[in-house]
Amino acid sequence: MLAMILVLTSVGILSGLILGWVHSLTEGPVEEAARRARIEAISQVLPPFDNDPSASVVDISVSGQPKPFRVYPATEGGRFVGAAVESYSMDGFSGEIDIIYGFDAEGAVVDYHVMHHAETPGLGAKMEQWFRMPEGHRSVIGLNPATARVAVTKDGGDVDAITAATITSRAFLGALREAHEAFEIYKKQQNS
Amino acid sequence: MKLLNIIYNGLVRENPTFVLLLGMCPTLGTTGSAITGMSMGLATMAVLICSNMSVSAVRRIVPAAVRIPVYIVLIATFVSALQMLMAAYLPALNATLGIFIPLIVVNCILLGRAEAFASRNGVIASAADGIGIGLGFTVALTLLGACREFLGTGKVFGFEIYPETYGSLIFVLAPGAFIVLGLLMAVFKHFSTR
Repeated sequence: MLAMILVLTSVGILSGLILGWVHSLTEGPVEEAARRARIEAISQVLPPFDNDPSASVVDISVSGQPKPFRVYPATEGGRFVGAAVESYSMDGFSGEIDIIYGFDAEGAVVDYHVMHHAETPGLGAKMEQWFRMPEGHRSVIGLNPATARVAVTKDGGDVDAITAATITSRAFLGALREAHEAFEIYKKQQNS
Repeated sequence: MKLLNIIYNGLVRENPTFVLLLGMCPTLGTTGSAITGMSMGLATMAVLICSNMSVSAVRRIVPAAVRIPVYIVLIATFVSALQMLMAAYLPALNATLGIFIPLIVVNCILLGRAEAFASRNGVIASAADGIGIGLGFTVALTLLGACREFLGTGKVFGFEIYPETYGSLIFVLAPGAFIVLGLLMAVFKHFSTR
């Protein structure tokens, strides 16, 4: 009896110590890796800039949305050239989708980067490339959600849905519309 | 010589995937491409070698009644450590394998080898068993991943063999995993029972 308690307790303590040690060892690199991935995505989706967008990040709440959107403003020579918006959607086929969209100063889409998703490989997962392909009306690059109808053609919009993945496409375009809304709110705040 | 025999045993005679049919969840879940299958196999092998060696090291002092909880704590420790290390140094791979890394804890290959081999053999022999079974698992997952990737997308390890439009999507999805696994098992059985 005593042997059992002793063995189980000491194994538990030992494992806790090891895990604590590994955690303290990896904590820094884990944060660093996440930060680097985000910075890389932000510079991929923005027009040329010379400031540090992460330094002037702003959280923008959009009414009706559960979480605020992070807006990373970009400037070149002090002039506002656009912003990257960290957006998300809960309407995907499986779990949350996190996407960073980049807009130019007028609000047209420059590029996007899917940070995290769990959509079906070969179907919904194609969104990583699909919405910048030149074929048909797939691409959202250059579209300005203020003037274009950012929705799948089935819903009366201007964008072709991914073949056999309409749910993912709707989620992607919904996240884009909300990102643009946050972008417009940000611009209004700056001008007032 | 004996050690080589143990490794051969894990790789062929008791191949965890094709003969023992253990660890089916990651086998079906992570073999959408050759590279993810291989990564999953290597991650499992790393944990298996560590858990086999530590179970073998403590086998004389652990009372029989609490041996399973002890094994599970040891396995869970190595898996958690592995996941933290992967998140720190291989973030892209960690994101691809996702939930399947923490799920190594409940992979029956690990508990199975701890109970069937490591609790009855020395540390060195247990390490060899970990290498053998781990290699068997890795080879099986890589093979399965390569076949599914080839049939589904026309690529192997990301290199295009034929255009993707001719691939049939079903092989990348779950049903294709069962079909390819069944066929590979038949092929393996054919050659190993001759």
